[in-house]
Amino acid sequence: MTDVATSGTPATPATPAPPARGRPVTLGPPGPEPTANGRFEGFGGQFVPETLIPALEELEAEFRTAWTSDGFRAEFADLLTNYAGRPTPVTECANLSDRLGVRVLLKREDLTHTGSHKINNVLGQALLTRRMGKRRVIAETGAGQHGVATATACALFGLDCTVFMGAVDVERQALNVWRMQLLGAEVVPVQSGSRTLKDAVNDALRDWVATVESTHYCIGSVVGPHPYPWIVREFQRVVGDEARAQCLAHLGRDPDVVIACVGGGSNAIGTFTGFVDSPARLIGVEAGGLGIESGRHGASVARGVPGVLHGARSLFLQDEAGQILEAHSISAGLDYPGVGPEHAGLAAAGRAEYVSATDEVALEGFRLLSETEGIVPALEPAHAIGWLARAAGNEVPAGATVLVTMSGRGDKDAAQVAEILRLR
Amino acid sequence: MNLGPHLTARRDAGASLLVPYVTGGLGDDWTDVVRAVVDAGADAVEIGIPFSDPVMDGPTIQAASVRALEAGTTPTSILGEVRTLDVGVPLAVMTYCNLVFHAGCTRFAEALHDAGVDGAILPDLPLGEIDEWADAADAAGVETVMLAAPNTTDARLDAICARSRGFLYGVSLMGITGERDSLATSAGEIARRAKAATDLPVLLGVGISTPEQAADASQVADGVVVGSALIARLLDGAGPDGAHDLVAAFRRALDGD
Repeated sequence: MTDVATSGTPATPATPAPPARGRPVTLGPPGPEPTANGRFEGFGGQFVPETLIPALEELEAEFRTAWTSDGFRAEFADLLTNYAGRPTPVTECANLSDRLGVRVLLKREDLTHTGSHKINNVLGQALLTRRMGKRRVIAETGAGQHGVATATACALFGLDCTVFMGAVDVERQALNVWRMQLLGAEVVPVQSGSRTLKDAVNDALRDWVATVESTHYCIGSVVGPHPYPWIVREFQRVVGDEARAQCLAHLGRDPDVVIACVGGGSNAIGTFTGFVDSPARLIGVEAGGLGIESGRHGASVARGVPGVLHGARSLFLQDEAGQILEAHSISAGLDYPGVGPEHAGLAAAGRAEYVSATDEVALEGFRLLSETEGIVPALEPAHAIGWLARAAGNEVPAGATVLVTMSGRGDKDAAQVAEILRLR
Repeated sequence: MNLGPHLTARRDAGASLLVPYVTGGLGDDWTDVVRAVVDAGADAVEIGIPFSDPVMDGPTIQAASVRALEAGTTPTSILGEVRTLDVGVPLAVMTYCNLVFHAGCTRFAEALHDAGVDGAILPDLPLGEIDEWADAADAAGVETVMLAAPNTTDARLDAICARSRGFLYGVSLMGITGERDSLATSAGEIARRAKAATDLPVLLGVGISTPEQAADASQVADGVVVGSALIARLLDGAGPDGAHDLVAAFRRALDGD
C-alpha cells in the first residue's frame, strides 16, 4: 500500500500543483468515528449478505489508513481545489434577507464542478478505489447528481462505471442520463419496486454481491452499511468545515441557524459536522411531498420508525408489518424512504431538528431564490429555501443569521419545473 | 420436530438432502405447493416471508415476492397458514431482518415457534449483527441457519459454523438467487471447506437450478436448497402438481435413480 500514485494508472498529478486560484483547500483533522460496530447513538451497523463482509472490512481498513495519511489527504485536497473548484464561497443574500427579515448566507456547493456537493465524496472514493486496486465502480443515483459525479471521477481515473437509476428518475432527469453516458458510464434503468432511488440502491447491492472482488460500490449518501456513513461524512465535512471558517471570518461569529436539505443526508451531515460543536441550531429539511398528512412524502425522521434497510439500522418509512413504503417527492434526490444513521442519531440526541417542506413549498423556494438572487437552486435545496421563507419570523426569529447549504444548482430541474408551471 | 436432528439423521442414513424454497403467499394454493413438495421427497421446506426490498434475491424471487405482497400477504397471514400445515418434515422461514426487528426479536421468534416453524434463515443478518436475534431464537427453540459465502475466510467460517443451528447454508457462488446454466466452480470448494469446519449438515443453495446440478453439488455437500428453479415454474402457473413433478425430479437425481 502506498500513498504515491501507482505508475501506469491514469490519474491525477502525483505532486499537487499550486492552486490555480486563491487559497487551496485545507482539510480539518479526521472527525469522530462511530463506535466499533459502526453505530451512531445505536443507529448504523452492517446488515448485509455474508458475501459483502470481506469488502466492507477491506474498505474500512483502507479508509482508516488513507484518512490519516498525509499523502492521501494532500492528494484529496488537491483534487478538491484544482479539479472540483473548492473552496466554494459563502454568499451573502442581501435581497432575500430584505425580503425575509432574516440574514441569509448560502454555502455555494452549486458552484463546484458537476454542480453539486456530490463531487466531494466521489473524488475521495475514487482515490480509495485506486488504492484497493479495483477497476470497476458502481453507483446508485436519484436525481442523477451522484451518478454524474461518479461518472466524472471514473472518467478522470480511468475506471469502468455503471450507474443504477430508477426508471422513473431516468425519465425525469434525462439531461443527467445523457451526461453520464457522455462521460463513459453505463446507465442501468431499474424497473423493480417504485423504480426510484431505493430500488436503484437495491440493484446496486445485488450487482455488488456478484462482483465485489473487482468492483467498488461508490455510495452517494451517508447511508448503507458501516463504514459508508462514516466515510461519506468525512469526505463531505469539507462543506461544513469551510463554511464554519468562512462564517467566522465574515461574521466574526457562528451563524444562529444552519439549514440543509435531507434525503439520505450527505450535504446536511457534511454541513452539520462543521457546526456540531458550535451553538448554532442545526435544521434538516426533509421532503414533505404532497404533505405529511397525505402519507406521500419522504420525511423519514418525522414519520419513519427504526428499522433496517440497505445495510443499516436507521429510521425508515414502513407499513405496520415492516414493509418499506415508497417515498414521494418532487425532487428525485429526496425521494428516499430513509435517512442516514448519523442523522437518526443526531435526532435522537436532540442535537439537530428535522422539519419538512412540501413539493409546493420547494417550488416557492425555487422561484424565490431565482428571482431575488439570480441563483437557480436544485429542487433539493429549494426545500430548504422554501422552508426558511415560511419559517422566517416565527420558527426562525426575525433578525437571525442563517446559513443554508445550496447543495446543487437547478439546471437539471429546469425542464421539469417549467413543465409543472406550464400545466398550471 | 427439529431441523438439525432431522436433517442430520437423514444424512447419516445416507440420504442427500433436498430443501425446496416456496414463497409464502404466492398464489392461494401455496400451502398445497408445500404439501406437494414434501410428498415429492423434500426433507424440509424453506418458506419465504416476502419483504419489499429483498437484496439477496434475483428477478424470479423478487417477482414472487411482489406478487405475494400485492395479494396482501403479511408475516402474520403466512404464519397463520403455516400453523395449519402438518407435513411431517421440518419447516424453516427465510426472510429479511427488518421484518424481524419490526416485530421485535423475541416476539418474532415466539411467533415462529407457535406456528410450528423450526428454523430461520436471515440472509442480511451476518455474524456481527446476529446476537440479538439468535439469542431470542435460541430461547424460543428456533434454529438460526447461518450462511457462508465463497469469500468467507477460514476463521470466520469457523465462527459462522459455531453459531449456526439446523444446518449450514453454503452460498454456492458470488451472487444473488437465480437460475444459472451451470454449477459454479466455487460450489464444491465452499462445501468442502464447510464440511471440514462443522458436523452440521452442509447444504448448498443459490444457483442450484437443475437435478443434474443438484446431483453434482451433493457429491461434496450434504444436500441442496432449490429456490428460483421452483419459483420460476410456479410463476408460470405450474401449481402444486408441477411443483411435485419438479421436486420429484430433483429427488430422483439426488437418490441416483
